[in-house]
Amino acid sequence: MSSLPMIPELLRQLMRKPATNLFPAKYLPPSVTEFLQSVASGKAHLTPPVETPPRFRGKIEYQKDGCIGCGLCVKVCPSHAIELLPETKRIRIWVDQCIFCSQCTDMCPKGGLRMTDEFLLATEDRYEENLIVE
Amino acid sequence: MSEGTGRKAPYIIPIGPTHPALKEPVMFTFEMEGEMIRDVDFAPGQTHRGIEWMGMRRNPVQIVHLTDRICGICGVSHTFAFARAVEQIAEIEVPERADYVRTIIAEFERIQSHLLWAGVAAHELGFDSLLHLTWRVREQSMDVIENLTGNRVNYGIVQVGGVRRDIVPEQHQIIEDCLATYEGLLSKLLSLFLDDRSIALRCRDVGVLSQKDALELCTVGPTARASGVNVDLRQDYPYSAYGDLDVRTILPDQYAGETRGDVYDRIVVRLLEVGQSCGIIRQCLDEMPAGEVTAEPKIAKLLAICKKASGEAIGRVEAPRGECFHYVRMEAQEAPHSWKVKASSYSNLMSWIPMLRGEQIADIPIIVASIDPCLSCTDRVAVIRGERRDILSKEDLHRLSVEATRRLQA
Ligand code: SF4
Ligand code: SF4
Repeated sequence: MSSLPMIPELLRQLMRKPATNLFPAKYLPPSVTEFLQSVASGKAHLTPPVETPPRFRGKIEYQKDGCIGCGLCVKVCPSHAIELLPETKRIRIWVDQCIFCSQCTDMCPKGGLRMTDEFLLATEDRYEENLIVE
Repeated sequence: MSEGTGRKAPYIIPIGPTHPALKEPVMFTFEMEGEMIRDVDFAPGQTHRGIEWMGMRRNPVQIVHLTDRICGICGVSHTFAFARAVEQIAEIEVPERADYVRTIIAEFERIQSHLLWAGVAAHELGFDSLLHLTWRVREQSMDVIENLTGNRVNYGIVQVGGVRRDIVPEQHQIIEDCLATYEGLLSKLLSLFLDDRSIALRCRDVGVLSQKDALELCTVGPTARASGVNVDLRQDYPYSAYGDLDVRTILPDQYAGETRGDVYDRIVVRLLEVGQSCGIIRQCLDEMPAGEVTAEPKIAKLLAICKKASGEAIGRVEAPRGECFHYVRMEAQEAPHSWKVKASSYSNLMSWIPMLRGEQIADIPIIVASIDPCLSCTDRVAVIRGERRDILSKEDLHRLSVEATRRLQA
């Protein structure tokens, strides 16, 4: 069978389990956020995701209390996702614009910014509450 | 049609700007004679995003993360080239360990990119089981990259002056496992691709690029090497850690004893390079010196250094598709004065024309794919005539569709 080397491989494959993890469900829901809500209320079943690696860069988390409003994070954000609010001297992060580079978290002198493991952010509404961190 | 005029050939087949047979947006116009391609022309420029324009309004610390996104597959080549250009202008000396980390990531990128390409090539030949197999094994390199950098695709590991994350001893094991898997798999992959009768039938002597054409068209990377051109920046212009490593160009005659410059040879070169990259990574891990991974860990200081710098420089790296080239000019300002990207595919696109001439319609997908084109990196300009372009949401598109139906009914 030297001219058809794939045949034995395919036969072996028949015995194996599929490699794909059917996350979050067998069919992709239109809105992941809504799907998660229905999972929370017990209406849908979630296939757990593959674990994220250590130091994964997911949705940003902001500790408002320590923030001094220095604006350094704004200065290094490549996608202009951070806005410095002049009234409160605090920041607002538009997660839909964030590119998860983690540069702001490296920059913050107060350590008030952190990347979490959360990655389920896909939605059609870019101004969803879940996507605005302040 | 032909009866009336008595004229059969040539007729024109347009393929693109987006077409299921092409994985990348580009507009082809084929001049056909029967099934045979008599001549061909193409127009890139369908996916221009203006990244350089954005970069010229940002500081280098921000730009490195934009460069990550120039290409969807080369997550490190562009950043690497850009950072090297800025480092030369600002006279920042990159610590040796950072060079090794960059090299390791760049080689993992080559592994995943070549495996991705091999899968696409199999798919273009209608060999989808091989596509699935190749992409499944590719996942392991993606997992390692994710573990080393924090993300699968946009690595964000390079910063001007070094890298942002070190490779710690606990990570050596997963790298080692991955290398062992690929080294074990390589002979199998070579056999699956190169001993297969249907692949040989479809790829041998198809899409030939002669060595002369390859040289004259300034082809780069595996496309050039498959035509017997001995070019590889890692060998000819060793940068970063490559100066300490002994990288030799891979040419198809090392495997098959001859160089024909066809699609088959392009498969040979890329698959052999997967093995070569494994060797390079292993050598880097063994020889990696201890020390810092960045010349300036304080980003505020780094910004100040960059702001003072003025001058111009080019950064070149050997990306999986060939030489990737960044030109940067800084004039003691926050943002660079100019920044120009020349992606590897830019140098390779012209080789499509000699490859496609004289071939059949059915060979178009595999020949187009054989240079591993990446149009989103290549497109640096778009021509728009007068029309307004805005973001169209799902609702807008739906409304436009309803309006179109109404117009037809009226
Ligand atoms: S992670 Fe990057 S893109 Fe996101 S807010 Fe921070 S700096 Fe901006
Ligand atoms: S860098 Fe930190 S302290 Fe400064 S504004 Fe941003 S979050 Fe606040």
